[in-house]
Amino acid sequence: MLDQFFFYIFASVILLGGLLTITRRSAVHSAIFLIATLLGIAGLFLHLQAEFLAGVQVILYVGGIMVLFLFVIMLVNLDQAARQRQFNRQWWLALLAAAAVCGEALYGLYRGRGAFTFPGAVPGNMPPNTQAVGNALYQNYMLPFEVASIMLLVAMVGAVVMAKKRL
Amino acid sequence: MPPITLAALKPYIMMVLIVGIGPLGVGYLVLLERKLMADMQARLGPMRVGPQGLLQPIADAVKLLLKEDVIPGMVDKWVFWLAPCVTVTTALAAFAVVPFSSDFVITDVNIGVLAILALSSVGVLGIILGGWAANSHYPLLGSLRATAQMVSYEVVMGFAVVAVLLMAGSLSMVEIVKAQAESHRWFLFGAFPFGLIAFFMYYVAAMAETNRSPFDLPEAESELVAGFMTEYSGFRWALYFLAEYCNIIVVCSLAVTLFLGGWLRPFPSVTWLGWLDYAAPVGSFLLAGGLSLYLVKRQPRAFDQIVLAAVGLALLAVAGLFAWPAFNALFRGVFWFMAKIMVLVYSFMWVRFTFPRYRYDQLMRLGWRVMIPLGIVNVIAIGIVLVLKG
Repeated sequence: MLDQFFFYIFASVILLGGLLTITRRSAVHSAIFLIATLLGIAGLFLHLQAEFLAGVQVILYVGGIMVLFLFVIMLVNLDQAARQRQFNRQWWLALLAAAAVCGEALYGLYRGRGAFTFPGAVPGNMPPNTQAVGNALYQNYMLPFEVASIMLLVAMVGAVVMAKKRL
Repeated sequence: MPPITLAALKPYIMMVLIVGIGPLGVGYLVLLERKLMADMQARLGPMRVGPQGLLQPIADAVKLLLKEDVIPGMVDKWVFWLAPCVTVTTALAAFAVVPFSSDFVITDVNIGVLAILALSSVGVLGIILGGWAANSHYPLLGSLRATAQMVSYEVVMGFAVVAVLLMAGSLSMVEIVKAQAESHRWFLFGAFPFGLIAFFMYYVAAMAETNRSPFDLPEAESELVAGFMTEYSGFRWALYFLAEYCNIIVVCSLAVTLFLGGWLRPFPSVTWLGWLDYAAPVGSFLLAGGLSLYLVKRQPRAFDQIVLAAVGLALLAVAGLFAWPAFNALFRGVFWFMAKIMVLVYSFMWVRFTFPRYRYDQLMRLGWRVMIPLGIVNVIAIGIVLVLKG
């Protein structure tokens, strides 16, 4: 009962935040609602007893990436963009397309309704999963992990090369 | 429904106490800072309100609450309102995982350290948004500086914390202190001398994270008026101030938990030093009470004499309570924890009145070229030491 209550709270925070993120005119307001969405996702992780993921989600996405987003938004003058029209005025086409996608998704959900249940937490307390995440990353998936970090490194070096006029 | 007992209610009582008494404590920290600054500059500091200026924080709080709440014309009202709330909420929420002693901890989650780091990184958002919403040049510059500084020094702090996590093997604040009790040493001296290096890095990063001098560029008075807080006034400004001092206490309590043995007394495994558990709290409260009573005669006004005498008697009463074994057993952890925090806070203030402010490029160079490489090397070194020791 309490589980479902929290699930619905976090889910509505995520959906509402996402909706407001794409409809706000001011880029900073959009960023704030995106932060609310990301915090809601962290809440869902906690709800599933994945506390390490929740903490990392907040530190990385809210504390790192969104802070840099806001940084860039403040440095770039977006007043001009905010005054322009944000949407095409093709309401009917958009409605039709959205209704089609929605109907398709609903039909799919209806057909597979027996297959899924609520993502409820495992009964009782799970063991701390920080260690489990560490073991999975550094033992079972060592190679993909290293490949991913090298890709990130390449991207960072590339960004520095592009940004610096004189090296 | 579990029965409602005092033990079950304890976390809630502690929450109410922290949120209720916290602001008053912060007020007295500000008074302490002003008094220390005055002392180091050969002045007296606030002396008018109450005996020796003891009631100054209350007067300040009343002033701030009664002040007109100015919202400048062109600000983004909604964000202007939201920003200080974010900062103060995250600062107060961080106390939820701080273990004041083995009995006094609101909740012991197994990602305690991560939770504090996460909350402090959300708190940065309040500063950025506040500076942006004010729609003015100085706050924007201040918040840009704050962002860059906090993002850089968060990495340094992370490496210092990882060094301790390697030694403790847990992310829970309570477990970290217990690990120090089991290894018979504070992690400050763990993997000697690399624990010391980690503590030094944490100390510097904590000062930068809380925007304390010599890293107070986000609110450098001589350049940016008051940085991101320039357009704030009255109660909202007080909220920022409250958050700033709460953050100082939080980073100090994290330092005490990680490096200085939390609620353990000095030399926790040396049994013949057990008398320290009684001598230190009783002695310090006796000294403070005696000093207050001694100063009573010097007060010019009758009101001040009465207040100071009451304070002195209260301190003596606390000293008496600490001499009572049952009370002592329950509260000595809290005493040691708070005493260690106060030593760290005092040293923060000491640094503030001693060193000049860094220039911005110096700050960045120190962070990225010195502290972060040092942190990486330090973590690797501690790892090697731990593996060699088995």
